[in-house]
Amino acid sequence: MTAANAPLLEIDDLFVRYGVPRGLVGGLRRKPRLAVHAVDGITLMVQAGELVALVGESGCGKTTTAQAVLRLVDPASGSIRFRGDDITELGMRALRPVRRRMQIVYQDPYESLDPRLRVRATVEEPLLIHGIGSKKERPSLVCDALTRAGLSPPELYLERFPHQLSGGQRQRVAIAAALVLDPQLLVADEPVSMLDVSVRAGVLRLLEELKASGLGILMITHDLSTAARFADRIAVMYLGRIVEEGPAAEVVGNPQHPYTKALLSVVPRRDPRMRRTPQILRGETPDAVRIPSGCRFHPRCPIAIEACRSEDPSLRRPDGTRSPDHRAACLLA
Amino acid sequence: MTALLQIEDLNVWFDLPDRGELHAVQGVSVGIEPGERLGLVGESGCGKTTTVLALMGLLPPSASASGRVLFEGKDVLAGGETSMRPHRWTDVAIVFQGAMNALNPVRTIGSQIVEAIELHGRAKRAAARMQTGELLESVGIPAARADRFPHELSGGMRQRAAIAMALSCRPKVLIADEPTTALDVMVQAQILELLDSLCTDFGLGLILVTHDLPVVAQLCDYGVVMYAGEIVERGLVDTLYHAPRHPYTRLLFAATPDLGHETEEIVSIPGAPPRLDQPLVGCPFRPRCDSAFSPCVTVRPVLRGLSDRHAAACHLNDLPLATPR
Repeated sequence: MTAANAPLLEIDDLFVRYGVPRGLVGGLRRKPRLAVHAVDGITLMVQAGELVALVGESGCGKTTTAQAVLRLVDPASGSIRFRGDDITELGMRALRPVRRRMQIVYQDPYESLDPRLRVRATVEEPLLIHGIGSKKERPSLVCDALTRAGLSPPELYLERFPHQLSGGQRQRVAIAAALVLDPQLLVADEPVSMLDVSVRAGVLRLLEELKASGLGILMITHDLSTAARFADRIAVMYLGRIVEEGPAAEVVGNPQHPYTKALLSVVPRRDPRMRRTPQILRGETPDAVRIPSGCRFHPRCPIAIEACRSEDPSLRRPDGTRSPDHRAACLLA
Repeated sequence: MTALLQIEDLNVWFDLPDRGELHAVQGVSVGIEPGERLGLVGESGCGKTTTVLALMGLLPPSASASGRVLFEGKDVLAGGETSMRPHRWTDVAIVFQGAMNALNPVRTIGSQIVEAIELHGRAKRAAARMQTGELLESVGIPAARADRFPHELSGGMRQRAAIAMALSCRPKVLIADEPTTALDVMVQAQILELLDSLCTDFGLGLILVTHDLPVVAQLCDYGVVMYAGEIVERGLVDTLYHAPRHPYTRLLFAATPDLGHETEEIVSIPGAPPRLDQPLVGCPFRPRCDSAFSPCVTVRPVLRGLSDRHAAACHLNDLPLATPR
């Protein structure tokens, strides 16, 4: 059932685990089965015309979350709703029409484009896969997508190979190949981190325009300054959980969780006069196989108290916040 | 006073198999003092890595270099490999881009550093192992971890091990080529803190090669901005940010999102850098510049000193009332 005013994407209490191979010896010895708790109970919403940034360090589960949304990995539990429809259990055939409406753009346009395909073929391929348009209609759909992605006039690019394009142009081709299916949700996994600084802004501005035209965008990034500038909402992930979430300006301007505060403090500023002593977190990168008891951040937390060892905080609205949508998972916030 | 390391009028050409030459580095001059942190910034292909490879004497055979690389006043470039060899690693060392992923996977990090120390005849066996332990400690790795294999260490730890290896012959200048690019923000902060303390504690001169301006603003005293193989502006990082005198520097900063400036328009610089396999006429940045005027089309601007340690290559600075904004 599709509710007319249902959010574009609703992730509810999502869990994704990857089994750790025990090996032959481990199996014979009946060693306990271990799992990587990549996503450990995430609830997140993306509305149409909204850009949500999922921020966190490598291994925190942000890419796994994106893959689960697109059903590229199967969740262990929880649900994913797209325009109100539960798509968590859909089979491959039933998923196809949904997939057309949710597309992904990957980090590295040097890797994600087939070097032997011309731009025309790369952008046309999704149409062929989904059986959209006749042979006559497809060229104009391809040109429309290229124009929307900022490659105009499209005739200039149609016959080129990826190696004849700059990094920014390649990423725009990847975006055009996603747009050609006229999706409603775009997942962008670190869309600019491989690009030169001078062209990043152009690609980000393109995402901003697409958002204004009604697309919902889930952007995965580790760059808080980009998220702060371009996202409507920011969700900060740590070890498979969202530890803080809210309007971008609130999360950046009035951070509540000590992890968010630490992340913000280490972002290099472009003004040398703004040099501060960064609050560098020590300790090892957390292991998603053995998640700490209580608050999963407590072993690295600078302000942890005794209760943090045993009590697992849930997301709630802290007292010091200005926005009702600003939530943090910290006992002390 | 002689600089610790001085590059003078460095030019590097690459022979292209079919069509002539590519002029990758064009008349670059730069110097570094003990304990100084110098940032070499620019987009991909601007010649920053080629510059540091040239000063290490590590250019590929297809490249030829001219100019002078003076180490403590002595030219090490002119004599080729013979004159470069005694200085490489012992005086100037480099942490290559991606060095953390280039450690030998089947040998422990300790044995790889011991090998570097022994090869250079700095010490033997037990003494080399002891030095290795000290080196690892100095980059923040407990000496007991010397017997770990690279895959047993996190990315940040591997990068520290790569830095320790570069320091194994106690160089006076360390070049770090994109040392934090593949790392997370928190690990990046740890590595930057380490590089900073190495400069402070050991008087190491640091050349940081990066495309990331905020990293330079955070760590370096002095910044050199390269474009299309040449230096377009250099100065104290504070000057570069607050009073840039080349449009490229100003636009690069404006293209970088910054915390606390969320409402500010982020610019993109249209177009792409010029091809370097053809001779350039006029200012190489002109096609992308927002302030170009008539002389930029025909006359190539030269790097001109503006004030102490500040120089830029832009015709705007020759105008009677120079207003680069």
